[in-house]
Amino acid sequence: MLDETNSGNVLVEVRDLKMHFPIHAGVFKKRVGEVKAVDGISFDIFEGETLGLVGESGCGKSTAGRAILRLYDITEGSIKIDGVEIGPTPQPKLREMRPTMQMVFQDPQASLNPRMSVAAIIGEPLDEHTDFSKKEKREKVLGLMDAVGLNRDFANRYPHEFSGGQRQRIGIARALALNPKFIVCDEPIAALDVSIQAQVVNLLEDLQEEFGLTYLFISHDLSMVRHIADRVAVMYLGRVVELATREELFRAPKHPYTQALLSAVPEPDPSLEEKVERILLEGDVPSPSKPPKGCNFCTRCPQVMDICKEIDPTGKEIAAGHQVACHLYADT
Amino acid sequence: MLHFTIRRLLLAIPTLLFISLVIFLLLDLAPGDPMASIPLTVPPEVKEKMREALGLGEPVHIRFLNWLYQFFVVEPQVAFDHLFGTNFAEGKQRIISFQSRSPVMSVVAERMPQTLWVVGLSYIFATLIAVPIGIISAYRQYSWFDQIGTFISMIGFSIPTFFSGVLLIVVFSVILGWFPSIYDTTHEVTDWSSFVYQMKQMAMPVFVLTLYNAAQVSRFMRASMLDNLNQDYVRTARAKGLSEKVVVLVHVLRNSMIPVVTVIALGVPTIFGGAIITEQVFQVNGLGQMLITAIYASDAPMVQTLTFIFAVLIVLFNLIADILYGILDPRIRYD
Repeated sequence: MLDETNSGNVLVEVRDLKMHFPIHAGVFKKRVGEVKAVDGISFDIFEGETLGLVGESGCGKSTAGRAILRLYDITEGSIKIDGVEIGPTPQPKLREMRPTMQMVFQDPQASLNPRMSVAAIIGEPLDEHTDFSKKEKREKVLGLMDAVGLNRDFANRYPHEFSGGQRQRIGIARALALNPKFIVCDEPIAALDVSIQAQVVNLLEDLQEEFGLTYLFISHDLSMVRHIADRVAVMYLGRVVELATREELFRAPKHPYTQALLSAVPEPDPSLEEKVERILLEGDVPSPSKPPKGCNFCTRCPQVMDICKEIDPTGKEIAAGHQVACHLYADT
Repeated sequence: MLHFTIRRLLLAIPTLLFISLVIFLLLDLAPGDPMASIPLTVPPEVKEKMREALGLGEPVHIRFLNWLYQFFVVEPQVAFDHLFGTNFAEGKQRIISFQSRSPVMSVVAERMPQTLWVVGLSYIFATLIAVPIGIISAYRQYSWFDQIGTFISMIGFSIPTFFSGVLLIVVFSVILGWFPSIYDTTHEVTDWSSFVYQMKQMAMPVFVLTLYNAAQVSRFMRASMLDNLNQDYVRTARAKGLSEKVVVLVHVLRNSMIPVVTVIALGVPTIFGGAIITEQVFQVNGLGQMLITAIYASDAPMVQTLTFIFAVLIVLFNLIADILYGILDPRIRYD
């Protein structure tokens, strides 16, 4: 599967994306700094693949996902989706392009308008972007409900009457309504319990096959990413530190942060679990408003060198499709 | 919803009966004598006769039951007769005001139009102005528009109507001479110039009350919109590619209406109560002013009837607010 996706076309091309949120303080609300939530990330997503985006809380994963769909006005950088540059496009123009790119949100409860019925939530994008008749719309909505495994009889119910898993299915049906090519899944399973997580992830996979979708799958759950993603990008403090295929990354992680992150995955076999050597990181993540000089990870890196505190490493391709931003691999 | 409404209406009956009893007893316990304004030259026996003629000789419970009978049976019959030309109420005792010796309800009917025009109109204006201001202030939080809106509503909130009313009179009637300072109730609108005069005399009281009411409603609207603008479902709506108009006016506004509906609906009974102070300042002889003079004169039937009507309106608009919640929020189901 990997080979066919890698040979495919690039659907999403992100270059040097920066999303800084200003901090205002003082009597006159002067701009005193900025939170560098996303600080220069670049990657490609090929058509039909799933790119997993992992990292700990607050590393900028969700911000990156939203910025790529231009739900924020980005600070800098270029985003090309399906060959169209949307980085500097103003919001009203962007509206017309929303059908190509959609998002499944993290919190299925809060992200659905509590005052609208399921049919209205799923059908609303159709009002805005198509000129379907009432009957066609109804058909389309019911078809989408079938596709995500919701009973058609539920069309006139309201979000609060559903369970978490069902609500996430509503969210997915809503995202699918306009036949998008690219869907950002922003921790779609984080708010669900484990048995439901598997159902929703399998549903996402089935839909990918059926509609030929491309996913950016944001998650902090490494086992889930291992299950669904074709390639994985690891983020730390607003940067992508490592990007590789799933097999490569889980077999031979290169960046010290990735190594630490992967060593934290629990091992189900208790006899093996005892032998697992965990890499424990010291200290806290630095504030994204004051990232350290040099490499962002230098304050906590177990293999820190002098150069790390001076010069910021850039992403280097150390093997085919395997990028690492670390001075350890500078010469290879 | 229908069952809920009927159940609530039935529940309102004992509530209102209890309220009427409490008002009645309070008025009975209150100091003051309706005969106080009778000249001292009238001999005590005559005064006693007059008291009995007003029905004050009876014990409390008989007077209360009499009032209940008059309010719930006789007065509706009178209204029915008036509308359809029948004569059910003939020869029956109506509720009589101690001051004017005329039926309380006729006096209320006389005073109602002034109050409704001035106070009601200002309430409608206030709502029409406040809702858009609240929406824009929230959508452009901390913009110039929002700052000015906040400043004006702070003024509306914090300056009492007896001050802003007098200030307006000083500026616009005394110094500039644009508007009359006293509301002339006897004025009748017959042609264009009398209509203009009516507008002129209404302008200042309406403005004062509009400022006061709009300040409240716009604050509630703004706060409620701000609460909802940051919700996740708003981001979903934008991700759907909806226009900002739809996002704000359909998604956010509908979710923001509940607290605002409460404020607006529960404010409606106060229209009928009249803005007592503002009516006093501008000499509008509406219901509020009538209540004040009735209290001064210990006119128990008048005070009793008016306060009870206010109680009925408050109970009624509470119910209306609850029904509106059900319409605005599908999660609220009463059955």
